[in-house]
Amino acid sequence: MSAKVSSTPANSTELTNGSGAAAIFSAGIGVFMVALFALVADKSPAIKSHFIFYKPTGPLSGVTTSALLTWLLTWAILEARWRKRNLALARINTAALILLGLSLLLTFPPIVDLL
Amino acid sequence: MEISSHSLWTLIHGMGFGALYLLACSGALIELYRRYSPAAEAPITPRDESFLRIYLVVMAALAWLAVLSGTYIVYPWYRAALPPGATNLAAFPQRLLMSSPSTIAWHSLGMEWKEHVAWLVPTSITMAAAVLIKYGRSLKTLPQLRNAVLCFVLVSFVAAGIAGFFGAMLDKYAPVQGGQNIQLMHGE
Repeated sequence: MSAKVSSTPANSTELTNGSGAAAIFSAGIGVFMVALFALVADKSPAIKSHFIFYKPTGPLSGVTTSALLTWLLTWAILEARWRKRNLALARINTAALILLGLSLLLTFPPIVDLL
Repeated sequence: MEISSHSLWTLIHGMGFGALYLLACSGALIELYRRYSPAAEAPITPRDESFLRIYLVVMAALAWLAVLSGTYIVYPWYRAALPPGATNLAAFPQRLLMSSPSTIAWHSLGMEWKEHVAWLVPTSITMAAAVLIKYGRSLKTLPQLRNAVLCFVLVSFVAAGIAGFFGAMLDKYAPVQGGQNIQLMHGE
């Protein structure tokens, strides 16, 4: 993503938008991963059994824990790469909001059943 | 007057953390929309800035407590496996709902949606809190950041509303019961 996003380095005192962009885009990834992992677990019994991290909760434990770890890792990486930069936020926001919209749609069971 | 420990945890999860989050979310949306709009004329004081930061951190804590208590305390009771030969389904809410065509959708649509959509909430509001902590009142001059945060908070409100609605309906049709009985008050 960073290679495609136009950015300018900031001087040392300027408040850059990079940290905000990292938080927003990684949140988009994080919420999308909840939906994606849930979808994959729903479609594949083998993967579903691998997502059982805590037996009383079942695959939901693995789906959500994996999504959380993906989110936090993505956030840490993007924060390290973007925090001192001013990025073109329009594309990052659009991508994050598309991921957010998709995550809402893909958690809706009738849509999951169609896939 | 008594309540079972499982019912009490369900109340804490739904009416405590979940409902409180929904109430708080409406306030955060209004504050972000009105006060942090680039067109807003009233200046944001350091006190206002600190207030919203603390408010969003508390909201994030509520969201995490709601999903973690739901997923790791209440949900295992909801999906408890039916022992062989059991005929009374009252202590097995998922099985009780799935036993009748008139209630099965509360599980297959309601719970299946609720258990995943609720997890969009803590991620979204944690991000919003982090952005507010980082930028504070400067967010007013960064409308793209503020708009994205507003969208995530709005979606978290919708997702929490979906989870809350289905949580209440599921508890109506197949309440999570059992555990130790807790005496709240003695009748006269």
